Amino acid sequence: MLLTQNILTALRSLMANKLRSALTILGIVIGVAAVVALMAIGNGATSDITSQIQSAGTNLLSVQSGRMQRPQAGGAPPSFSPLTLKDYEALQAGLSNVAGIAPVYSSSATVVFQNDSYSVSVTGTSEDYLKVYSYEMEKGRFFTASDRQSVKQVAVLGATTAGELFPNTEAIGQSIKINDVRFTVIGVLKAKGSSGFSDPDDIVLIPLETGYLKLFGANAIRNGQKTLNTIAISAASADAVDSVKTQINFILRRQHKLAAEAENDFRVQSQSDMLETLSTVTTTLTTFLGAIAAISLLVGGIGIMNITLVSVSERTREIGLRKAVGARKDHILIQFLIETMTLSLLGGVLGILLGVGIAQTVSALGLINSLVTASSILLAFTFSLAIGLFFGIYPAWRAANLHPMEALRSE
Amino acid sequence: MALIELRGLTKIFQMGENQVHALAGVSLDIEKGEMLAIMGPSGSGKSTLMSIIGCLDVPTAGSYLLDGQAVEKLKDSQLAQVRNRKIGFVFQQFNLLSRTSALENVLLPLGYAGLGARASREKALKALEMVGLSERVKHHPAELSGGQQQRVAIARALVNEPAILIADEPTGALDSKTGEEVMGLFQRLHRDFGQTVIIVTHDPFVARHTHRIVRLADGRIVADTPNPNPIPAGTPRPELEM
Ligand SMILES: Nc1ncnc2c1ncn2[C@@H]1O[C@H](COP(=O)(O)OP(=O)(O)O)[C@@H](O)[C@H]1O
Ligand SMILES: [Mg+2]
Repeated sequence: MLLTQNILTALRSLMANKLRSALTILGIVIGVAAVVALMAIGNGATSDITSQIQSAGTNLLSVQSGRMQRPQAGGAPPSFSPLTLKDYEALQAGLSNVAGIAPVYSSSATVVFQNDSYSVSVTGTSEDYLKVYSYEMEKGRFFTASDRQSVKQVAVLGATTAGELFPNTEAIGQSIKINDVRFTVIGVLKAKGSSGFSDPDDIVLIPLETGYLKLFGANAIRNGQKTLNTIAISAASADAVDSVKTQINFILRRQHKLAAEAENDFRVQSQSDMLETLSTVTTTLTTFLGAIAAISLLVGGIGIMNITLVSVSERTREIGLRKAVGARKDHILIQFLIETMTLSLLGGVLGILLGVGIAQTVSALGLINSLVTASSILLAFTFSLAIGLFFGIYPAWRAANLHPMEALRSE
Repeated sequence: MALIELRGLTKIFQMGENQVHALAGVSLDIEKGEMLAIMGPSGSGKSTLMSIIGCLDVPTAGSYLLDGQAVEKLKDSQLAQVRNRKIGFVFQQFNLLSRTSALENVLLPLGYAGLGARASREKALKALEMVGLSERVKHHPAELSGGQQQRVAIARALVNEPAILIADEPTGALDSKTGEEVMGLFQRLHRDFGQTVIIVTHDPFVARHTHRIVRLADGRIVADTPNPNPIPAGTPRPELEM
């Protein structure tokens, strides 16, 4: 009975000062909305990237150059040791338990068909690319090992690229120019679907050897070696990923003639490595966003404390009267805590609605995917309650400790 | 043993450098079922004395036995309970909660007594009936006349059936006719239920509605006289009252 009475009293006094109450909870509304919306966007981005990593290919391992090396012991300048075609050949010859190995050299280029030109990343690779990155053919065919050996000027287009270059015409058999070199389109890939960050369907694939000889030019050659950006390897099964990784390390260290104590001058990453890296990034991001949101909640809480202190001093006489008819300290304390918690809870609920609204609008506009989770709503809700409780304690304590007679004598 | 036993009560307020001796040694016995008036000029310490009797404040020195219980030994929460159960306070300015109905105002002490919703409602309605406001239970204070507001306040003071009803200038904010009605209500409570009633007033005519008149001046009792023939409520005020 006292509790319902308290809640009623709280609502009445909030309704009596509608504008003041609204302004007071604004801080909480904004804080909670920020928590919910930012977490939704963070979650959406994480799940986008995760699915992108997972759809990249099954049991995928990717090898990249280790970039700069530490200065050598003899004072020699740090050396850049790129991956080379030789590395690929060594892996091709030495690896067991793999489903495919794709050497990758990419370079941006301008593709021209009739009068339309289009900028895109052109990748020289092998016939294993399809399997390693889990692409399928939409139409036409992929190039073969013999296409590579005979340096055929053929190209396979991603779904987006094909759509851009050939909106109304049949792509297969058309002649295009890539950086002024003539290629024939022999196939189009099935769309994987964009996941918001980069479009895996916006690519042009050509035989690696053709790329070196006709397109990539001197940039692709270093110290007389044909270089690669990446060597992508698909392990035969999920269980084989670790052993393949070990083999890659072994073969490449031998290939690069690394001394026993030297660090790797290349990096091997499996999908789970990438997911792990991703999760440390997103955790940092989430913590950062959370801190911003927490600050605005804190400001909102201070607003609540401030207005409740005002309310306590305005209602000193009421408090005195309540004490005169038998209210104990804890009665008054609880009454004011309920008022601050009603405020913060109201702010919390409105903030959650606003946050969900923002998250859905952002998704609907196609800006970025967002994912509102139950846990983020629960977190926001609990947090706003806790704010009300925490920032209500001091004003409520002040009210509870008013001297009954002096409170009654006040104006 | 008297219901209220005051011995050598003093109350000193610190006002910056100065000390105000609001009570300077008050000894007084009040029996159960008495109806008395406390009179005295403004600033003589009447309200201070009432706040101590009503357990809203504690004396600087002296002792107060309420129903045989030494009040100065009570803890804060016990004082709250005494105010809730044994004391009913009526103020000059009514002190009703403006945003709540007459009924809810009367329910207030019952809530702090921890009484259930249904029993509380019954008791509150009965108290409002006793003060003649059964027709006005849903009204808010602003919708009631001064006399009606004071009767709501009296119902609130009575609802927990307190041992003592303390009224500090209850007619001070009312016109004389309405004041008479309120005095009639006190007399009826005293006559019909044996209610102990202490009325503070500086109006001699109001004081003569009671059986005993105690006069305060400068924080001391200067006279304590029985009034064997109290004026019945409704008697017109004499033209030249002193
Ligand atoms: N809380 C207080 N602080 C300071 N002085 C007070 C306080 N309460 C009462 N007084 C002083 O004590 C004296 C008695 O006051 P009060 O009991 O209100 O008198 P009365 O009710 O007879 O008019 C007055 O001088 C008043 O100013
Ligand atoms: Mg007074």
